[in-house]
Amino acid sequence: MSDAEITTETPTGHSRRTFIKGVIATGAVVSSSSHLFRARSLSASAAVRASMPRMISLDVNGVSRSVDVMPQETLAMTLRYKLGLTGTKLGCDRAECGACTVLIDGVSHYACSMLTNAVRDRSVTTIEGLESADGTLHPVQQAVIDEGGFQCAFCAPGFIMSMVALTNENPEPTREETAEALSGNLCRCGDYNKILNSAMRAAEYARRMV
Amino acid sequence: MAVIRDMMPAFELFQPTSVDEALDVLERHDNTWVLAGGLDSMDWFKDRIKRPDVVVELGSVSELTGIRASGDGLEIGAMTSLRDVAASEEVRSRFGILAQAAAEVATPQIRNQGTLGGNLIQDTRCWYYRGGWPCYRAGGNICYAGTPRSMNREHAVTGQSRCVAVNGADTAGALVALGAQMMVRNPGGERVYEAEDFFVGPEIDIQRMTVLEPGDLLTHVRIPGDWAGARFYWEKVRDRKSWDWALASVAAAIVESNGMIERARIAVNGVAPTPVRLTDVEDLIQGMPANDDTGMAAGELATRGFKPLRHNDYKVPLARNLVRRAVRGDAA
Ligand SMILES: Cc1cc2nc3c(=O)[nH]c(=O)nc-3n(C[C@H](O)[C@H](O)[C@H](O)COP(=O)(O)OP(=O)(O)OC[C@H]3O[C@@H](n4cnc5c(N)ncnc54)[C@H](O)[C@@H]3O)c2cc1C
Ligand code: SF4
Ligand code: FES
Ligand code: FES
Repeated sequence: MSDAEITTETPTGHSRRTFIKGVIATGAVVSSSSHLFRARSLSASAAVRASMPRMISLDVNGVSRSVDVMPQETLAMTLRYKLGLTGTKLGCDRAECGACTVLIDGVSHYACSMLTNAVRDRSVTTIEGLESADGTLHPVQQAVIDEGGFQCAFCAPGFIMSMVALTNENPEPTREETAEALSGNLCRCGDYNKILNSAMRAAEYARRMV
Repeated sequence: MAVIRDMMPAFELFQPTSVDEALDVLERHDNTWVLAGGLDSMDWFKDRIKRPDVVVELGSVSELTGIRASGDGLEIGAMTSLRDVAASEEVRSRFGILAQAAAEVATPQIRNQGTLGGNLIQDTRCWYYRGGWPCYRAGGNICYAGTPRSMNREHAVTGQSRCVAVNGADTAGALVALGAQMMVRNPGGERVYEAEDFFVGPEIDIQRMTVLEPGDLLTHVRIPGDWAGARFYWEKVRDRKSWDWALASVAAAIVESNGMIERARIAVNGVAPTPVRLTDVEDLIQGMPANDDTGMAAGELATRGFKPLRHNDYKVPLARNLVRRAVRGDAA
């Protein structure tokens, strides 16, 4: 199995990530290194009797990607460590913060708390998939920039995905409906008013586009 | 228990496409785990507290998803998402408390993925148990929550035995109040349980929350038409408005004529190891006017004999007032 089968895009300037991906892709076991590798070696024995193929194809941001996935692997792990889509963050890994929010068939989900194998036939959208091919930002992204919506912005990709889900479902949300729609995302810096302002502006931009 | 941020331990994964296939896989293996939305399950796996060898993921079993008319009522597949239950026009217009309860579970993302079946069958949130402490429920020989110095603000005020944990499923109380039935299948055939009999307290089996045994699948929840369009009351009290289980909740279906209560079905949850149906209260208020006096009497009777632990005596007046409001008919 070659590295190229696993990932087509490689984030630049992140030697550690690239290294990890390489190791996972080739199946090498590096016992002295981080916890990821231990999990990898454990699963090797299970794979022998596994009931499904390890190589699966995933529809991510409109592109079909081939990827080697373990049965117990979460979507957040696959996106970040196999496909290099590190825009999806891991905050809690326990369905308790929203940093990992992605869209599955347009609906928001916590990528940390679902199995990659469960989304094989569905379409996954991450923060990397929002801008159009010519580089135009999604109205939600533009609104967040214009409002200066976030401070450290670790929570931003998750919030933005929830905002995209909202603007798709409800073109004219009230501030209260917006707060409800974003109630599955936490911001540790905590300026929820600015985040809500961004979401309201996003809805406005999205309405103007159609 | 240390928080471990890496892959879950390995398991073998099956993704059947029919109930028969799922039952077959469950029958042929030991130490299996049924996975619906996974939101209750994955913490256990990640924390290495529950370690199944075989996981049967039901996402591809289409016969388990959807809401259909059934007789004069509805049949809801166990794999229907909480989001779809909350949004269903049929559920909202005829059995509103179920839609309300589903809409107040956790967060939008959890409701988008969590299923009605998984919500009902979820394990208790007692943090000693969740944290991997070897208590009675985990097969050990002590309850860490029942000692004089325990942290038990969220625990039970009634129905305790050796375990004092509560049932946290928001949809459970609503389904008890609606007189729903749970359809369970295993290779031996189908069993049907009244919602209130589906949940099992520690005096019957301290290691389970429901009647389900390994190899059983909850396939559907059937809601009879009996209470369609009744006056409904649902209220959930929680510390935070999002992401939080109930400290206590009440679900009631009340049929009135000329301001008098003709018949009622009321359940409280978050106060005992199972949802509690208040049959004594239902009998008491029959034929009485739907007003605050009746509500007071109902609340008193509902909480008679409650035995709070060290830190949760607030749950007694809380439950009393929830029942009072439900009976007198506050706008929810
Ligand atoms: C952060 C957080 C907050 C939460 N807040 C709330 C809340 O406020 N209110 C509330 O009610 N719940 C809450 N929950 C629980 C959540 O609602 C449930 O975890 C969710 O609905 C479970 O559904 P699931 O499909 O994801 O369950 P899963 O984890 O897939 O399943 C839960 C259990 O049910 C079993 N099971 C599922 N389906 C079947 C079936 N068809 N047949 C047999 N067994 C089955 C599984 O084996 C497992 O033991 C919260 C959970 C989290 C993580
Ligand atoms: S309340 Fe029940 S689950 Fe919690 S520690 Fe006691 S026995 Fe265990
Ligand atoms: S990382 Fe998924 S909800 Fe926190
Ligand atoms: S801006 Fe820092 S966590 Fe939200």
